[in-house]
Amino acid sequence: MRALDLDYMLGLVPVILGYVPLTLGMALAAMAFALVLASLMAVERVVKIPVLDSFVKLFISFFRGTPLLVQLFLFYYGLPQVVSALAQINGVTAAIMGLTLHFAAYMAESIRAAILGVDRSQWEASQAVGMTQGQMMARIVLPQAARVAAPTLVNYFIDMIKGTSLAFTLGVTEMMGATQKEAAGSFLYFEAFLVVAVLYWIIVEALSLLQRGVEIRLNRAYAR
Amino acid sequence: MIEISGLTKNFGGTPVLNRIDLSVAPGERIVVIGPSGTGKSTLLRCLNFLDRPDAGTIRLNGMTVDAAKATKAEILAVRRRTAFVFQNYALFANKTARQNITEALVTVQKRPRAEAEARADEILREIGLAEKAGSYPAALSGGQQQRVGIGRAMALDAELMLFDEPTSALDPEWVGEVLDLMRKVAQARQTMLIVTHEMQFAREIADRVIFMEGGRIVEQGPPSQIFDAPQDARTRDFLRRVG
Ligand SMILES: Nc1ncnc2c1ncn2[C@@H]1O[C@H](COP(=O)(O)OP(=O)(O)OP(=O)(O)O)[C@@H](O)[C@H]1O
Ligand SMILES: [Mg+2]
Repeated sequence: MRALDLDYMLGLVPVILGYVPLTLGMALAAMAFALVLASLMAVERVVKIPVLDSFVKLFISFFRGTPLLVQLFLFYYGLPQVVSALAQINGVTAAIMGLTLHFAAYMAESIRAAILGVDRSQWEASQAVGMTQGQMMARIVLPQAARVAAPTLVNYFIDMIKGTSLAFTLGVTEMMGATQKEAAGSFLYFEAFLVVAVLYWIIVEALSLLQRGVEIRLNRAYAR
Repeated sequence: MIEISGLTKNFGGTPVLNRIDLSVAPGERIVVIGPSGTGKSTLLRCLNFLDRPDAGTIRLNGMTVDAAKATKAEILAVRRRTAFVFQNYALFANKTARQNITEALVTVQKRPRAEAEARADEILREIGLAEKAGSYPAALSGGQQQRVGIGRAMALDAELMLFDEPTSALDPEWVGEVLDLMRKVAQARQTMLIVTHEMQFAREIADRVIFMEGGRIVEQGPPSQIFDAPQDARTRDFLRRVG
């Protein structure tokens, strides 16, 4: 056993920190797209639009049933070969696309469960005052479902941040990719990957703190 | 004038409403009584399309809807001309008392927010809850929630207000304040169709009492007739049982 090269590790921290914006940026973009897509799919799964429903079910089943890494490779290396419009796709775009679709499939199921958990009386009261189905969803049902689903959705966001590390396999130099390059130069693999692990860990812990804050806020809401 | 004819509803092959005919004059206050499971709630719910009638027509001041074939637009039109007060209040849990009242005025009736809020404040004063304007339903007593439920219905200026056992879910201590508010609504000559077990209240405010059993109107008339001189044996039987 050899001693850890602490100077090397300390020197590496600012280098990897420089890639935090790209990592978080990819996660945030994918989360925003995934939230929209997941909400649309969840609402569709609840109101069940013929034909579209089968397609959404198939979509959810596929993206939950296959590994994220396989999906990323499919988008980045595979799709450009068959869809010429995607020939110029870059790694960041492919990663955001893959993360979006993969996590939207999971999030759609949580949001759907949360929607179905909203008390029947809320649906009936919305209908009774003459709201359209869209108004009922947007004004009454989804806001209440969001409150129930929020903690789970933050968990998916955390998974998504960790999932961005797979983007390095598409040639993206994000936190993981940068670490990989540094380590390949110094041969200090243990030090390098330990530093990046701790940095991911700190980001996720900070988010968990935020999550607890949000949960407390949400539990207080509607109760004053 | 509101005219309902041949209104029919089956649940799983069992008739729950059996060709109900009913005309309601403007400003008329009708109380529906009858044993449990005879279709009182279903009648109200069918009038608002919370349950889909199997047959019959609903005529609301000039608009005639074939209930079984009603289009989405017709259903919305009927709902926008009626108001519903639920047994379990059914206030929007994510909205404050004031927002519960403004919500449909803004979202459905497309009235300017300032106007809706002014109307809500007026209603909150009328229902005696001005100081609870910013409270969410979870922070209100049952009686307060139901008063907001009635306030939400009042704000709609509906041609017909439907009440489905508005005091049945309340702790006894809150029943009085809700009945008082309903008396106020009745005094304003709002057209009302009320399902209730509060016989004393019915006697006080009803222009007409309808006794329902087995999905049919068995007997109807002014409260004095129904309560003091019921013609049908089933009405007498029911009234004896409820004391
Ligand atoms: N969604 C439903 N599915 C199946 N049956 C139903 C449904 N809703 C009501 N019913 C049945 O229809 C009948 C009439 O119900 P309804 O609720 O209209 O009675 P009610 O007169 O309001 O009774 P109560 O005084 O107990 O409220 C009952 O036998 C009930 O079980
Ligand atoms: Mg009932």
